[in-house]
Amino acid sequence: MPDVTVLPCGDAALLLELADLDAVFAVVAAIEAQRTTLQLYDVVPGGRTVLVTVAPGRSLDVLSARLTELADQAADIRPGNDTDETTIEVTYDGPDLQDVAQLTGLSTDEVISAHTATPWRVGFGGFAPGFAYLVGGDPRLTVARRAESRTTVPAGSVGLAGEFSGIYPRSSPGGWQLIGHTDAPLWDLERRPPALLQVGTMVRFVARR
Amino acid sequence: MNTLTVLATGPLALLQDHGRPGLGGQGVGRSGAADRGSHDLANRLVGNAPDAASIEIVFGGLNVRADHDLIVALTGAPAPATLDGTPVGHNAVLRMPAGSVLALATPRTGLRSYLAVRGGIAVAPVLGSRATDVLSGLGPPALTAGTVLPIAVPARALPILDQAAVWSPPAGAIVLRARRGPRASRVADDPFGRAWTASSRSDRIGIRLEGEPMRFVPDLPELPSEGVVRGALQVPPSGEPVLFLSDHPVTGGYPVIAVVISTDVDLAAQARPGQQIVFRDKS
Repeated sequence: MPDVTVLPCGDAALLLELADLDAVFAVVAAIEAQRTTLQLYDVVPGGRTVLVTVAPGRSLDVLSARLTELADQAADIRPGNDTDETTIEVTYDGPDLQDVAQLTGLSTDEVISAHTATPWRVGFGGFAPGFAYLVGGDPRLTVARRAESRTTVPAGSVGLAGEFSGIYPRSSPGGWQLIGHTDAPLWDLERRPPALLQVGTMVRFVARR
Repeated sequence: MNTLTVLATGPLALLQDHGRPGLGGQGVGRSGAADRGSHDLANRLVGNAPDAASIEIVFGGLNVRADHDLIVALTGAPAPATLDGTPVGHNAVLRMPAGSVLALATPRTGLRSYLAVRGGIAVAPVLGSRATDVLSGLGPPALTAGTVLPIAVPARALPILDQAAVWSPPAGAIVLRARRGPRASRVADDPFGRAWTASSRSDRIGIRLEGEPMRFVPDLPELPSEGVVRGALQVPPSGEPVLFLSDHPVTGGYPVIAVVISTDVDLAAQARPGQQIVFRDKS
């Protein structure tokens, strides 16, 4: 069962700290299933944590006990391989593709193969609406951010930073290493939910030639 | 439909309501009025539901014309206001005849004033809210001279009340009650008791605080990104903290060492650039 530490976070939230991202997925699924009953405002996954926010004035002691219980039971409902998979077509023509090849010691073709061969998973969001930190990819692709941030990164840019891959849902400043671009509609206000990539979704990149 | 026309804005005027709760997993923060209590009071005075959209006005300067007979209320930072040149009250129910102009000067204390209109401002909502989120770019654009705002038909009776007696933001140091945050042990210094200065580089995302930088406990591994809340006091590598307001990022990677209690975040949202801020331990 996942070890959970409940950390204080003001008078209307609790931060659950867990062992790893797999535990985060399991605990988020368990909490989401009880979201209405527990009267939660929001459930926000992080790299190793789950933030739960409620209306001010609620007893956080009672909530903490209930969430700890849920987290302890969560091991049994750990999501398997039957989760959603989304395929994203990428044109690998990013301005940092050469740099990434140099940094990783791979050829540009090998970078593309590494990015497409191993499926990624949506870990958590937070940088912008519809942005997803993708985890679980080929560890050889771990690269530092660019020394200098770009003032404008075009929407649809596919990048790498640290252990993560990600796609910019809209044009914004950014320091990720850009290896390609996609036309996939990552954020659509007419869609419910508007974000294409939901926490836990598997993502497979496909190279467009 | 009744309308209200914006003739001029001060530094910034935005529509705000109770925001978009529950979309953190989509990367969307809640947003909404920076000083929720003042926003709610303005709505209550004109008989609106608390989540009706109001105008959040930074440093006064707003001029609006009622195109029809309207009932409005001003709350928050006490900006001296006139109706066709005659001074009118703050935290009070104001009747604007068709064609009349309400003009706000710079508030004596505080930063953000709220103007509610009976019926509520009825621009099209985005993801269920009319709030402008300056971080994510969601919601209506900032108001400009010439913006015509549609006003909905009132759904509730007017309360029997002309004036509310409420606090005004202080002119001196602002004292905020806070609890120890999830990563309090990552800094070696006590965040409580020392005085910080609100920077002019503050906005609805957060108040940047200037002062003696806090020292980190050395040799700790980097934190993976984690969810943050309104009222969180986050310490970036510079050591000078940021106090998050309504449009804060959904997740962040720097340690949160304290969290201001919900009601006091409203007070924080009234801090002017240059004003002193002190945190008091209420763990």
